[in-house]
Amino acid sequence: MVEIAVIIALLPLLAFVIQIFFGKRLPRQGDWVSIGAIVSGFGLSLYLFIQMLTRYDPGFVITESFTWIDLGSFKINLGIYLDNVSITMLMVVTIVSSLVHIYSMAYMEGDPRYSRFYAYLSLFSFSMLGLIIWDNLFGIYMMWELVGLCSYLLIGFWFEKDSASNAAKKAFITNRIGDFGFLFGLLIVVTAIGSFTLTDIAEGVASGKLSGGWLTAAGILLFCGAIGKSAQFPLHVWLPDAMEGPTPVSALIHAATMVAAGVYLVARLFFMLSLDAMIFISYIGAFTAIFASIIAVTQNDIKRVLAYSTVSQLGYMIMALGAGSFTAGFFHLVTHAMFKAGLFLGSGSVIHAMHHAMHKLDVHDDPNDIRLMGGFKDKMPTTYRTFLIYTLALSGIPFFSGFLSKDAILGGTLAFAVSQSNPIHYLLPVFGFAAAILTAFYMFRLVILTFHGEPQRKDLYENIHESPKTITIPLSILAVLSIFIFYTLPGINPFSAAHGWFEHLMAAPASAVAQFSGHPVVDISEHTAHSSHTLAMIISIIVALSGILTAFAIYYWKKMDVEALTEKMGVLYRLSYNKFYVDEIYEATVVRGLLMWNNLLSWFDNAIIDGLVNLTAWITRHTSALSGKFDNAVIDGMVNEIADITQGFGRQLRRVQTGQIQTYIFAAVVGAVVIILVRLV
Amino acid sequence: MISLQTYLIISALVFIFGLIAVVNKKNAVGILMGVELILNSVNLNFIAFAKYVDLSIKGQIIAIFVIILAAAEAAVALAIVLNIYRYRSTIDVTTVDLMKN
Repeated sequence: MVEIAVIIALLPLLAFVIQIFFGKRLPRQGDWVSIGAIVSGFGLSLYLFIQMLTRYDPGFVITESFTWIDLGSFKINLGIYLDNVSITMLMVVTIVSSLVHIYSMAYMEGDPRYSRFYAYLSLFSFSMLGLIIWDNLFGIYMMWELVGLCSYLLIGFWFEKDSASNAAKKAFITNRIGDFGFLFGLLIVVTAIGSFTLTDIAEGVASGKLSGGWLTAAGILLFCGAIGKSAQFPLHVWLPDAMEGPTPVSALIHAATMVAAGVYLVARLFFMLSLDAMIFISYIGAFTAIFASIIAVTQNDIKRVLAYSTVSQLGYMIMALGAGSFTAGFFHLVTHAMFKAGLFLGSGSVIHAMHHAMHKLDVHDDPNDIRLMGGFKDKMPTTYRTFLIYTLALSGIPFFSGFLSKDAILGGTLAFAVSQSNPIHYLLPVFGFAAAILTAFYMFRLVILTFHGEPQRKDLYENIHESPKTITIPLSILAVLSIFIFYTLPGINPFSAAHGWFEHLMAAPASAVAQFSGHPVVDISEHTAHSSHTLAMIISIIVALSGILTAFAIYYWKKMDVEALTEKMGVLYRLSYNKFYVDEIYEATVVRGLLMWNNLLSWFDNAIIDGLVNLTAWITRHTSALSGKFDNAVIDGMVNEIADITQGFGRQLRRVQTGQIQTYIFAAVVGAVVIILVRLV
Repeated sequence: MISLQTYLIISALVFIFGLIAVVNKKNAVGILMGVELILNSVNLNFIAFAKYVDLSIKGQIIAIFVIILAAAEAAVALAIVLNIYRYRSTIDVTTVDLMKN
């Protein structure tokens, strides 16, 4: 089992190594290497998945680890943690990744860096799969950074465009802010418990090594990583900009997998979240859900609508996890991965067609702009049909997967609100329903503006063609996977997944936190759960339908004039259209503040530090001058004096050397006589 | 019979004359002559001692060597003097003071 999981993760790494070094020289630029790796990974995941289904054991866990770093008393163990959640996640990632790989063959055709694109995709797949199977926060953190890197590389894949490279930098930096919190949470956990391993952490929390305020702080700080990666408010700003990347990347990384990693992390850490941390998480999610869906209503870029929709749906998942609906949150992650990846791939198909039409007509306009589309359903029937299915799923219409998971989330939050004494928690389901109505509205607005009605640009419309099979087949597969039946088996009730394999196998892990004393986080009686689910289901169908009807009324039947409506909405429209000015606010506060701080530091550097350095230099220079003078006057003076004295003696002695041999002889004779006399006397 | 002392006294006188000539004469040739005197006083001594003390001919043989050497020395010295004369047109040794100071 464990070996298979490791192989699944390592295959794309091998493909990456081959691609990055030899990709260009391989036939077809080596795309088959990456595709082969991920598709075999998918096959192996399917094997694990079928084993899981046949086992049908909600408590299944298998772990295996080894000591990686041994520092005496402190060890870092690395290992694999396989349970139903991670196996399901492996399945989701390999499915979406395989389809995106295949899709990219057509979408990226003719790109000058075709092989590098596949190399990056493989590296991303490796990091994402690794993130899923690690049994410890250390490994997860490594992979977490790696997926961030891949996201950066792929957003900036067309780095010749300034907007793409800026978006890549923005994504990376924004993620780093969240990861900073993650790192701090990690440090709290490892300081208190002394291990990174999930099972050790669970034991540590249960035995009270980490409790109270520190536990809440650790939970919230670790969640900060998820805020960054899953684009929750206030760090959601990078995700819409990330749409500068190629569309398959948006589908894989920024809709289905990497952004879901934050949700996955919260699910992994579910056992150690205290009630305060959970409420914090839940409100962040709820606020993000409503906030992003308001923005999505007014955007005109097809991918940006979907991006804000993703932010909003991720908020949903986070909200559900925070409200204790573990299964519902993870369920939405899975279903959302399928239909949102599908939506992005569908939009990619449209953009691809638009791009070709514009290229042919030599029109330079934004191929993503829905105001230039309209009436594409006859030209691109497969894309239209699949897109409609995804939209129905996302809007939460019965018979589609999204309905089941969304309903589970709304029911969960409603039950949470009922079970809590504080009535303010009714805000959560209210936010949820409000976001649901907006979701249905903006998705149908998108569908109607893109595929229905009169073509806005006749010339482009004439040149729109259906995309090739490598694009439509992945679309169809994802559309099929958005049908309810895959999630309710062995039950076949389209209105409830309660008896399906998913709800059965993905049971919420027992909380290790003392205040829950091993019980499920939300202690809800069977009756409350059932009644709130029924209520939530009825409300969610009503809100979804009303959202859809509103969209039809405004954009299809044109009962209301859009211009007049935007006039009437005034401030709200401008707020939404300008994304609540979050970017501008960050520009004015964070970026400006940072620049001011930089200027201050630069001034400090120039004035104070350089001043000190210059002062030291001045002092040194003057000391040297002084010591130079001492050297010249005193030391050299002494030396010269000695030399002068010697010279004086020499001058005197020179007189003895007369040069007259006779004098010398005379002196010698006198000397001899003196010696003889002395000897004799 | 002339005694040893007589020889020694004469020898000493000759030596002193030679020395005075060497020290006092300005003329280079005079100095050379003084040197000859000194050498000959030594010869006299050698012979006197050979005759009265040693009773062999060793001293006489050395005297002969000295005479030969003196001749050679005189020849070299005269050549030097001639060269000095050629460059300076004088043989006054007081003016030959290249090594002064």
